[in-house]
Amino acid sequence: MRPTFSIIFFTVISGAGYGLWMLVGLAFALAWPGCLLDAEIGPVDAQSSVCGMPSTLAVAWAAGFLLVSAGLLSSLAHLGQPQRAWRALSQWRSSWLSREGVAALLAYVPATGLFLIWLGQQSPGHLVPALLLENETLVRVTGALLAAASIVTVFCTANIYACLKPIRAWNNRLVVPAYLAFAALSGMLLLWALATLPSRDLVPAAQETVWSVLLPSAVIVLAVISAAIKLTYWKQIDQPSGLRTAHVIGLDGLGNVRSFEQPHTQENYLTHEMGFRIARKHSRKLRLICLLAGFATPAILALLALLVPGPGGVAAWIGLLAGMFGIFLERWLFFAEARHAVMLYYGAHGD
Amino acid sequence: MTSLPAAATRKLGLVIDLDTCVGCHACAVACKEWNDGGSFGPLPDKDTHGPEPEGVWFNRVHSYEATGMGSGEWGMATAKSEAKSSCTSPIPDSQFLIPGTIHFPRSCLHCETPACVTVCPTGASYKRAEDGIVLVDEDKCIGCQLCAWACPYGAREFSAQRGVMQKCTLCVDRIYNETLDEADRQPACVLACPTRARHFGDLGDAQSDVSKLVAERGGYALMPEFGYQPVNRYLPPRPRRDASRANSHPQPAAEAIDTTQMSPLLRWVDRVLSR
Amino acid sequence: MPHAALDLNTPTADEVKTTTCYMCACRCGIRVHLKDGRVRYIDGNPKHPVNRGVICAKGSAGIKQHYSPARLSKPLLRTGERGAGEFREIEWDEALALAAQWLGDIRRRNPDELAFFTGRDQSQALTAWWAQQFGTINYAAHGGFCSVNMAAAGMYTFGGSFWEFGEPDWELTKYLMLWGVAEDHDSNPIKLGLGKLKARGAKIVAINPVRTGYGAIADEWVPINPGSDGLLAGAFIHELLRSDRIDLDYLVRYTNAHHLVIRDAGAADDGLIARDAEGHALCASRVEGEGIVLARANAIDISPLVVGECTLADGRKAVPSFQLLAERFLADEYAPESVSARCGVDVATIRRLARELAETAFDQAISLDQAWTDVHGREHSSMCGRPVAMHAMRGISAHANGFHTCRTLHILQMLLGAIDTPGSFRYQPPYPKSAPPPNRPGKSRKDNGSLDAGPLGYVQSPEDLLVDADGQPRRLDKAYSWQHPLAAHGIMQSVIRNAWAGDPCRIDTLFMFMANMGWNSSMNTMGTRQMLCDRDADSGEYRIPHIIYSDAYLSETVAFADLVLPDTTYLERHDCISMLDRPISDADCAADAIRQPVVEADRDVRPFQDVLIDLGTRIGLPGLLKDDGTAKYPRGFAQYMVEHERAPGVGMLAGWRGADGSKSGFGEPNPDQLERYIEHGCVWEARVPDAGRYYKMANRDYLTWAKSLGFVGSTEAIVMQFYCEALQRFRLAALGHGAQQPPESERERVARYFDPLPFWYGDLDSSGSAREADYPLSAITQRPMFMYHSWGSQNVWLRQIAARNYLYLNPQTAETNGVGDGDWIWLVSPLARIRVQARFHSATAPGTVWTWNAIGKRKGAWKLAANAPENRDGFLLNHLINELLPQDRNSPSCANADPLTGQAAWFDLRVRIERDRTPQVDGHRIEMNGTRAMP
Ligand SMILES: Nc1nc2c(c(=O)[nH]1)N[C@H]1C(S)=C(S)[C@@H](COP(=O)(O)OP(=O)(O)OC[C@H]3O[C@@H](n4cnc5c(=O)[nH]c(N)nc54)[C@H](O)[C@@H]3O)O[C@H]1N2
Ligand SMILES: Nc1nc2c(c(=O)[nH]1)N[C@H]1C(S)=C(S)[C@@H](COP(=O)(O)OP(=O)(O)OC[C@H]3O[C@@H](n4cnc5c(=O)[nH]c(N)nc54)[C@H](O)[C@@H]3O)O[C@H]1N2
Ligand code: SF4
Ligand code: SF4
Ligand code: SF4
Ligand code: SF4
Ligand code: SF4
Ligand SMILES: [Mo]
Repeated sequence: MRPTFSIIFFTVISGAGYGLWMLVGLAFALAWPGCLLDAEIGPVDAQSSVCGMPSTLAVAWAAGFLLVSAGLLSSLAHLGQPQRAWRALSQWRSSWLSREGVAALLAYVPATGLFLIWLGQQSPGHLVPALLLENETLVRVTGALLAAASIVTVFCTANIYACLKPIRAWNNRLVVPAYLAFAALSGMLLLWALATLPSRDLVPAAQETVWSVLLPSAVIVLAVISAAIKLTYWKQIDQPSGLRTAHVIGLDGLGNVRSFEQPHTQENYLTHEMGFRIARKHSRKLRLICLLAGFATPAILALLALLVPGPGGVAAWIGLLAGMFGIFLERWLFFAEARHAVMLYYGAHGD
Repeated sequence: MTSLPAAATRKLGLVIDLDTCVGCHACAVACKEWNDGGSFGPLPDKDTHGPEPEGVWFNRVHSYEATGMGSGEWGMATAKSEAKSSCTSPIPDSQFLIPGTIHFPRSCLHCETPACVTVCPTGASYKRAEDGIVLVDEDKCIGCQLCAWACPYGAREFSAQRGVMQKCTLCVDRIYNETLDEADRQPACVLACPTRARHFGDLGDAQSDVSKLVAERGGYALMPEFGYQPVNRYLPPRPRRDASRANSHPQPAAEAIDTTQMSPLLRWVDRVLSR
Repeated sequence: MPHAALDLNTPTADEVKTTTCYMCACRCGIRVHLKDGRVRYIDGNPKHPVNRGVICAKGSAGIKQHYSPARLSKPLLRTGERGAGEFREIEWDEALALAAQWLGDIRRRNPDELAFFTGRDQSQALTAWWAQQFGTINYAAHGGFCSVNMAAAGMYTFGGSFWEFGEPDWELTKYLMLWGVAEDHDSNPIKLGLGKLKARGAKIVAINPVRTGYGAIADEWVPINPGSDGLLAGAFIHELLRSDRIDLDYLVRYTNAHHLVIRDAGAADDGLIARDAEGHALCASRVEGEGIVLARANAIDISPLVVGECTLADGRKAVPSFQLLAERFLADEYAPESVSARCGVDVATIRRLARELAETAFDQAISLDQAWTDVHGREHSSMCGRPVAMHAMRGISAHANGFHTCRTLHILQMLLGAIDTPGSFRYQPPYPKSAPPPNRPGKSRKDNGSLDAGPLGYVQSPEDLLVDADGQPRRLDKAYSWQHPLAAHGIMQSVIRNAWAGDPCRIDTLFMFMANMGWNSSMNTMGTRQMLCDRDADSGEYRIPHIIYSDAYLSETVAFADLVLPDTTYLERHDCISMLDRPISDADCAADAIRQPVVEADRDVRPFQDVLIDLGTRIGLPGLLKDDGTAKYPRGFAQYMVEHERAPGVGMLAGWRGADGSKSGFGEPNPDQLERYIEHGCVWEARVPDAGRYYKMANRDYLTWAKSLGFVGSTEAIVMQFYCEALQRFRLAALGHGAQQPPESERERVARYFDPLPFWYGDLDSSGSAREADYPLSAITQRPMFMYHSWGSQNVWLRQIAARNYLYLNPQTAETNGVGDGDWIWLVSPLARIRVQARFHSATAPGTVWTWNAIGKRKGAWKLAANAPENRDGFLLNHLINELLPQDRNSPSCANADPLTGQAAWFDLRVRIERDRTPQVDGHRIEMNGTRAMP
């Protein structure tokens, strides 16, 4: 399949955004310290220790918002009639793309909720009644909803591809876990990096120790899981499909059938869109780069950060860059290596 | 909505006879012509006189060669020649397989349970309840191309110029068109086909001509494993009566006379002919 | 959810007009659907006898040809050098005045200095007549480079031909053998027919080095080596004779197989048919009680002998021609074992196919319950059918041995009793005609300057040739000369070369119509392009002083014209598909047709026929002026079609004649004739009476009907020329007999090739063994079904199907030559080498390489971008084909053509493959061998 930039950008960037939102949502759901307005500490304004900086989670929320929105917007670029994109919400009963759209929009509801909560926390009582802010369940539920909506959205995105039977590499059980894992990994890498920025966290000390251990550890775990999924996936898609040209024209009995002449001597929509092929040796090389950049580098950096406290910030940011690069590559390969069944009509070899 | 209609009883579709198709592309061009100017057109072309001419076609004709011996359909011939440099064949004493050539027109199969419809996020892609025709509503289509990805048969083509997906309409704007003569209410490709290898009808009706043809000739659906349940059927090439079959009764014709003994001309000397 | 209201009843057109397609020469009936003044779509006319509603890819794409950006839009006068394509647009008045001046001068000086050659047109009934009125012998249409071998071999053998003048009995045949057919002129009828055969389960055998198209659906493919069909057919004949599976009764009834051939070596009539005092051919007949007596060969109720020597009245010996043929083909030369290697077909297959032919003809014979009366008045209650049909085309034709090979096929058909019987090959009216027809080519000019007969015809004996006192050719193309005596269609492919070389004569003006001679219909294309531009060293003038060309599109040839007369498209003009030309009849009905303008021209173009009539009127050609000197056809061709009479009551169109339109065939002009045609879908049909559907050559019911329509002059039987006496007359001249004898240099050639019985010879060019070793592969072309010669590439839709071509070769051949699939390689002939991209094709005989014809284009033509695949990657094989034969083995500057008919030997091309050092780098190139481009 032709790797189209807008789609790759969309899935990677929105994946990272939803990954962040998953984590932000999770933090609120778990009532991470600082998520709730602590009556004893008092209004945020009163805290003089921090100087006008937002908290890491607030930054993460905002970054998530930007990424998700940019991703969604870029997905419009792929459409032939973007002004009609709203119609894509209508078929949620059968279409994963429609479901994704709905989920994506729905995710903005708890996200907005959290934003309001955060705004309210800035000056309790003015914008949002303190009563609500102090309602732990409400905050937790909003967080949980954001996490869930983010997961569901990524799940839907993954299923857009996973449900396409003619593309064997996509119609694979590992596609959904992979999308989720990569979203989580990229979200985690982002969070780790954002956490190294100066911020106005409510309980800085507590934050620091927990975060500086938790985040790198999570990065390591997610990187290992993601790599494992991807390696297994590659192994699976490398199995020959056994589909032959003779079969797609329904004449298996004729044995070795080869395309003699295509319907058109030059390219057409189908060969453009579905006929993209990447040489095996290139794909091997790219897979290796992807593994090294996307998973190994962040994991090693995270390990370093755990072992050698100090330059954690640099490690996190390098990890983020390497990781995102790897994930972009992974997504490019996800398209480039996928073969559409229709190409067998054009004489592609079954693989 | 994009959900499929409850199983339609009428299943309009095409039956294409691969035994007769000579690969002339008449169906493909007639389709292009009808639809380019019809209710579902235009079918845009780009770079018309340039280096990469390309356009939207609803029907494309492939040519294949079959060199396998799988079905025993194609025999062997021996192309013998005396010497390497002989003008008969550069390959001395070569056994060379008699390959088959197959022409294969490919268009939408109007599947009964096609994912091209269910994946569509807008409902633009739909299957008509009354006759099973799968269409794209161009006013709703956002051009996400998902349906094209979902079709294993390559039946959908995205028009970059128009920003929408296009596909075979089974000539729905012909087959019901009362401004046309009754005989002309057939798909353009079917009317055009010079060998009459294409047939149109209701495959849901076991008594229709097309259903009978399918039953008689072992018509088959393409790639049933996808579960899309195509309506269109292809009729397989009939067994070829070539060397492999003809040699089953290889008795030479009886010699009228023993030509080794005398001039064969002599046998006609006494022949009584009438003018 | 409701969907956009589908208005399924949108009217598809404001108006529907019928006319005749001209996206190719098949001439199907079409309906042009017009909406808002433009063509909305074109489909087949279901009521039309040619195509019964179907339409091919080209036909449907007609709309894009009609609106092509490559259409010419105004007369052009050359301003730059020839070939540069620099022109000035001029008004029609200026263009016509200029042309009339050139032509008028020529006509006053010497009409033969005009060479008028028309290509792919169907207006020969007009153009040949015009040339005759002009008085030039230098006229022909495209048949010489096309299929004159088929036409001539058929016409000289049985008064019909595979080539458009006959067809297999699609309804009844059980066995069809296709020899070298890819597409043919009868494009849609053949496809309709094959569809019927398939539905009925008849067996189809394709004899062809390549299996595509029709071969794909054939039951059996016989991958023959090019040029060897005569041997294979000879081996079939050998087998049929050997096993005595022949229809001798059919032979003695309908052919001259029983005619006695004089055996008197050295005599002036040796090898001619023995005749009685009145000139009637004789045969030997067995008479009860009297033994063997001489009898008139056309007598009825006799029992003729087909073998055995007998003594003529003057004491000389004679044998039935059948015996001569049997002796020839029973010889070992034609035994399957002998031909197998050359043909590339194994012995068992040859034997089996011969057996299958016989089995089908004789053991599966059919009988139609149809009473009929033969020419002798005998009534028959049924018609016996031999359900074996054959069809052959340019795979046979485009070889230098094509005439004899085609004749061999006809002999094979006759032996099987399979010409015009139920289930076999059938004549299409107005055929059969006498073999050959009596019209001889015009030779001299009358007082009014016109030629005494049409410029093309059939020569019967050396006296009919167009040669001067020294036996040298008179015609520019050397047709009807000793080099190519039977060149019934002229030799168009020789015209440019001969005009350039002044061999045999110089001309003033080359006037061409609808022929892309600057490209795909020339051999040695690059040389030809140079010749068109070459100047005399002394005078500095172009060697071909004037070139006038009429095309409708910006073809390669336009660039070489001095004056370009832009034609309309086929939807903008009147045309006439006349019975006097190449009619569209099928075996059951005679038919002719017209084209009517369905849209108005939106450019300053004029129908060529109108222009021709206008020009003729300006220069005062006989037949175009009234007695008072004013124009006879001021309304142009449409008026001519209706009013012109060739002979009293005979005109261009056979339908709705007579003042009230009630007559067919004969009748005075009917002013409403065109309206009648238009009412009837632009076509007229006359059904052959049921009793006349078969055995047309000897069927009184048929011949009476045919005579009433003017197709035949008499109702006498048409005798098939099993033995071709006309050929022997030429051979006798070469042996030193008669008043008109060939010059010394031609004698050997004539004596060898004018054999009254068919025989096989290797192609003239490569019979030397050295060449076979150097150039081990045959290179041929095929017609793609969706393109017509060079003019499809301007068509947006058709060029999407194929914007370039490849060289196809068998993977084994590729391996031997170290070629990979998709590699660019050099294809080398003695003339040039071209760089082409190779593709594997298993269904190609290993000794053959091939490509689709005329896909490659020259930069600058057809409004294609300079980097269009047609220019960049596509190629022509023509660059490799020598227009002349090597001189040592042939008479000087002898065309690369059949020695009898002048048919271009396109498919005799032999090549070798040279690997390119950079096989992955794209791009076609042409490199001439030394200075050989222009001799
Ligand atoms: N290598 C190889 N060469 C071959 C052959 C082959 O088999 N192999 N085949 C040969 C044969 S059989 C033939 S018949 C020739 C064909 O060769 P050509 O007779 O040269 O045929 P075209 O290329 O079709 O050129 C016809 C010209 O007519 C023009 N034309 C089209 N429509 C109209 C019209 O309405 N009015 C006018 N005035 N002009 C029009 C076209 O633009 C084009 O320039 O090629 C021969 N050349
Ligand atoms: N679509 C389309 N139709 C056309 C034309 C066109 O350009 N396009 N052109 C028209 C014209 S002008 C003509 S003349 C006719 C020609 O119609 P065809 O006779 O069908 O012409 P070709 O395509 O030259 O086909 C020649 C066939 O003979 C085979 N062949 C070559 N050499 C040999 C041989 O030695 N022996 C045997 N047995 N086979 C051989 C080739 O593989 C090829 O299949 O088509 C007419 N119809
Ligand atoms: S062939 Fe393809 S486009 Fe047509 S209905 Fe089936 S899946 Fe859909
Ligand atoms: S391209 Fe159009 S028809 Fe296809 S899935 Fe998208 S919206 Fe539906
Ligand atoms: S049914 Fe109509 S739209 Fe479909 S392929 Fe045939 S002509 Fe084209
Ligand atoms: S028109 Fe008929 S014969 Fe020609 S390619 Fe289409 S199906 Fe085959
Ligand atoms: S065969 Fe095709 S191009 Fe030729 S006349 Fe018929 S419809 Fe037209
Ligand atoms: Mo031709």
